[in-house]
Amino acid sequence: MARRYDSRTTIFSPEGRLYQVEYAMEAIGHAGTCLGIMAQDGILLAAEKRNTNKLLDEVSYSEKIYRLYDDMAISVAGITADANVLTNELRLIAQRYILQYQEPIPCEQLVSTLCDIKQAYTQFGGKRPFGVSILYMGWDKHYGFQLYQSDPSGNYGGWKATCIGNNSANAISLLKQEYKDEDNFSLSAALDLSIKVLSKTLDMTKVTADKVEIATLTRKDNKTVMRILPDNEVEVHIKKYEEEEARLEAEKKKEAEKKKAEKSDK
Amino acid sequence: MECLIGIQGKDFVLVATDTVSARSVVAMKDDHDKMYKLSDSLLMAVCGEAGDSIQFSEYIAKNVQLYKMKNGYELSTHAAANFTRRNMAESLRSPRSHLVNLLIAGYDNEQGPSLYFLDYLASLNKLPFAIHGYGSLFALSIMDKYYQKDLDFDGAKDLLMKCINEIQKRFIVNLGKFRLRIVDKNGIQDKGTIAPQPIIAA
Repeated sequence: MARRYDSRTTIFSPEGRLYQVEYAMEAIGHAGTCLGIMAQDGILLAAEKRNTNKLLDEVSYSEKIYRLYDDMAISVAGITADANVLTNELRLIAQRYILQYQEPIPCEQLVSTLCDIKQAYTQFGGKRPFGVSILYMGWDKHYGFQLYQSDPSGNYGGWKATCIGNNSANAISLLKQEYKDEDNFSLSAALDLSIKVLSKTLDMTKVTADKVEIATLTRKDNKTVMRILPDNEVEVHIKKYEEEEARLEAEKKKEAEKKKAEKSDK
Repeated sequence: MECLIGIQGKDFVLVATDTVSARSVVAMKDDHDKMYKLSDSLLMAVCGEAGDSIQFSEYIAKNVQLYKMKNGYELSTHAAANFTRRNMAESLRSPRSHLVNLLIAGYDNEQGPSLYFLDYLASLNKLPFAIHGYGSLFALSIMDKYYQKDLDFDGAKDLLMKCINEIQKRFIVNLGKFRLRIVDKNGIQDKGTIAPQPIIAA
């Protein structure tokens, strides 16, 4: 009897919930973390790489961040096989638009078109929803740099900084604290922030360059430039973060000792 | 027999069309409007098979409007022209295609003013000046000789006048007066009608 309302996606439970959709979102909660941060001069996606077996052959381009067309890239959390289907669909949508208008598709239109497909899978019989949340970073002439997030239900929203996947709630609250909504919030500051957030939310003692993948999107000479950061550059940011942490730690220690000394003086 | 003329100026596009509605060899009307407003700053001039002209241009106009409603911003001139071309190309390969020729004039903030020439075989060209119809046989050479970049409205109107006078003089069919409109940063504006100089018999 317990399976009465969750064996098919199209059926509401008496409390008005769609269990299959909720389970799909649950599955994403266990997936590798992805985060996106928007800055004034660019935007970035950072993703946790879980497949770090040394026997694994190297992926040609990138593992978790996919390019859709000139102006947009995504990072996915969830079932990789489902994500590949959606990535393929996104690329098709983008190319169809270009075919029709000879112009790149504006970011939100691409996101919303894909979400129509995602939504359909929660409504029509015999289908299971896609177990994928996606972070989109992009640029268009209407609204400049943009960051979107979509989930299995077909909901989507625009963000200044957000996170999906494992421990995302913590990451989001950290981003909320640290995000600076200022005119001079630069991409390099965003990069530092992304390392900080990843270090504090990934369940590993030390973040290393081979466990994260970072891509940036900037504009140069009226063209969008996407770049996957090489390991040594990621390492630089990690080092910078660690030094900063060590400095803070030392300061704290000093402060504590000072207090101790004052106490004993009395 | 119909004639559509477009001239791109410094910060506007001038579009002129004849005003005759003809069936066979009979002129039914002399104040026909062959221009369609696609959006605030997109204007399309149409000639060809009478029913097709209306059907096709209304289809395009409504789709351009739909795009604006769906997305909250308008199509650029470039995108609208290519959208029209794609529909024309698809229509051309259907059992019964639309036999219409078009000029698309628009103004947008990125591109400024631009003029596109599209014929019934779905070939699209972005041009500084363009003419559809028999009128082009007489007037294109005048455009070649006198067109300059950065024309102001009076300059463009003078050039247009030269073309219309030549068409009146040499073309066997009387096209009568022309309707004028411009598209610029303020949108589409009516500029009334102009008639060619009457030919005085020598």
